[in-house]
Amino acid sequence: MSTNNPFDIDLPDARGHFGIHGGRFVSETLTAALEELTETYEKLRNDADFQAAFDKDLAHYVGRPSPLYLAERLTEACGGAQIWLKREDLNHTGAHKVNNTIGQALLAKFMGKKKVIAETGAGQHGVASATVAARFGLECKVFMGSTDVERQKLNVYRMKLLGAEVESVESGTKTLKDAMNEAMRHWVTNVDDTFYIIGTAAGPHPYPMLVRDFQSVIGREVQRQSEEQIGRQPDALVACVGGGSNAIGLFHPYIKYPDVAMYGVEAGGLGLDGDQHAAPLSKGIPGVLHGNRTYLMEDENGQIMGTHSISAGLDYPGVGPEHSWLKDVERATYVAATDDEALDAFHKLTQLEGIMPALESSHAVAYAMKLAATMDKDQAIVVNLSGRGDKDIHTIAALDGVTA
Amino acid sequence: MSRIKQAFETLEGQGKKALIPYITAGDPQKEATVPMMHALVDAGADIIELGVPFSDPMADGPTIQLACERALAHNTSLHDVLGMVAEFRKTNDKTPVVLMGYLNPVERMGYEEFATSAVASGVDGVLMVDLPPEEAIDVADFFKSRDLDMIYLIAPTTKDERMEAIAHAGSGYVYYVSLKGVTGSKALDVDDVARNLERIRRHVSIPVGVGFGISNGETAAAVSKVCDGVIVGSAIVNLIAANAEDAAAARTDVSALVNSMRTALDA
Repeated sequence: MSTNNPFDIDLPDARGHFGIHGGRFVSETLTAALEELTETYEKLRNDADFQAAFDKDLAHYVGRPSPLYLAERLTEACGGAQIWLKREDLNHTGAHKVNNTIGQALLAKFMGKKKVIAETGAGQHGVASATVAARFGLECKVFMGSTDVERQKLNVYRMKLLGAEVESVESGTKTLKDAMNEAMRHWVTNVDDTFYIIGTAAGPHPYPMLVRDFQSVIGREVQRQSEEQIGRQPDALVACVGGGSNAIGLFHPYIKYPDVAMYGVEAGGLGLDGDQHAAPLSKGIPGVLHGNRTYLMEDENGQIMGTHSISAGLDYPGVGPEHSWLKDVERATYVAATDDEALDAFHKLTQLEGIMPALESSHAVAYAMKLAATMDKDQAIVVNLSGRGDKDIHTIAALDGVTA
Repeated sequence: MSRIKQAFETLEGQGKKALIPYITAGDPQKEATVPMMHALVDAGADIIELGVPFSDPMADGPTIQLACERALAHNTSLHDVLGMVAEFRKTNDKTPVVLMGYLNPVERMGYEEFATSAVASGVDGVLMVDLPPEEAIDVADFFKSRDLDMIYLIAPTTKDERMEAIAHAGSGYVYYVSLKGVTGSKALDVDDVARNLERIRRHVSIPVGVGFGISNGETAAAVSKVCDGVIVGSAIVNLIAANAEDAAAARTDVSALVNSMRTALDA
């Protein structure tokens, strides 16, 4: 790779910045804990024992590598580029989230913390956290907005079965952002013995870097599998973006290869014209929330806005700072898929391939279908199928007027 | 000399400690805030911390979260808050006012516009809880050049070398967060605060105010023995919430509490 490649750059910088984004905007009480975490991680990221423990659990507990699957009938239906699916839905617990929770739980263990907390939107990160807490013998408390508790009952029950305590959050908009506020408040009070497992690639430094590193196994596998199965690297990558952890996991290893286009698909909700969506990269401006500077959905007074998406996992007014940087330097393109487009993609993939995607991942599928149609048949798109749709069956049944 | 510095020097000359009440601007109504600020001064407040409401007050407990929600229910903006300070200044040119809140509303307004309007309105200092000194370098220089004091937090978890940096970056006073937790927490340990204040004093020469967990005159008096000022927030905001329908009654109850703290501090 040539040295004048502007994308061959090691980010974040020492203080956690990705261009103007990222950083560590927290109240003073948390600073020491974040510094300790950064120091520990800097030591462990190159530690052979830590990496071996991580790789072992990814292989034998999560079931990696996850397959790269050519969706032939979907490809045919779109009439363009080949659509390959990175099957993160086949991971243990049914989504990509577990890659990161294994990594962070190992960090907690190395740091001697016995308690973990997590925030969750759709419940996937909560389930993944509760799962690894059971696996490593840690006490686990999950914060979840009461609106999400209501629309993701199955995952709430799963977490309880796994021995986690689910704390329903009633403040603010009662969704993911408020769950994150509450988790931060709990952490600040219990910072001595508690490890906060953040699920998305956002938050104060070092979290965006940690989550990115742990999720990058996705992109590295795709690089290897593409060589083996496609015979070359794909022309485009597509992933849904809420906070952006599955997308950054796929994108990150590809950033320095600008021949591979990258598309992040935000939740377009009822459409980008109004404010009923969750698309800060498409419609927001940079601001500061949850410990980092990043694109946010906010009003003219700097108050964070409520968001709307059919998918709880994308219902977040911010986004990971590395995505904000990728947008600013125009290395990745951020687009949106509406609720209806995502639902349509859900049904298409289910009927054509026998794969039921999570509503989050359905946004990526929706855009990939559009994109494929504009590309040649000898081109290839890799879509991150970040999670499976079992948790969304009730939502979809209700929309279709079926009592399931 | 800044109003804040003047206030602490005057108090020191009188052998007194600063009483610093906090209220959230616009809670429960915009019109209630300026009369409440005057009531606080009449009851014995030396400095007022005026909260700028934010939708996601991550460092605050339920009391101040709800105050923010009440204030935002009728869109109390940073512009409105600056207007309230200007109104207050019409009849009070002496009591320092510190705006306390989160960075995003200030960023949205723009640092230059904010600094200019804040100074013009009579604001003396700014405390943004999610803006540590490392991230504040540009902003801090800018604010200081306009004679706005930058007030930073120090926590029980703050290491000695950071205290040095905070002392260097801050002006006016530093705010010592007395416990690991959010605002409105209950268990403040006076001995623990005393031990930490000893450590802080080795690095910080400007006045130290202590807040979080001070809700009555007794605790205020005990804590004041080891610091320069006590900050009282949630206990006052609770009284405002309890009298949300009756601004005059809220002022009466808050005045009684602040007055009792003044008496305890001066005893």
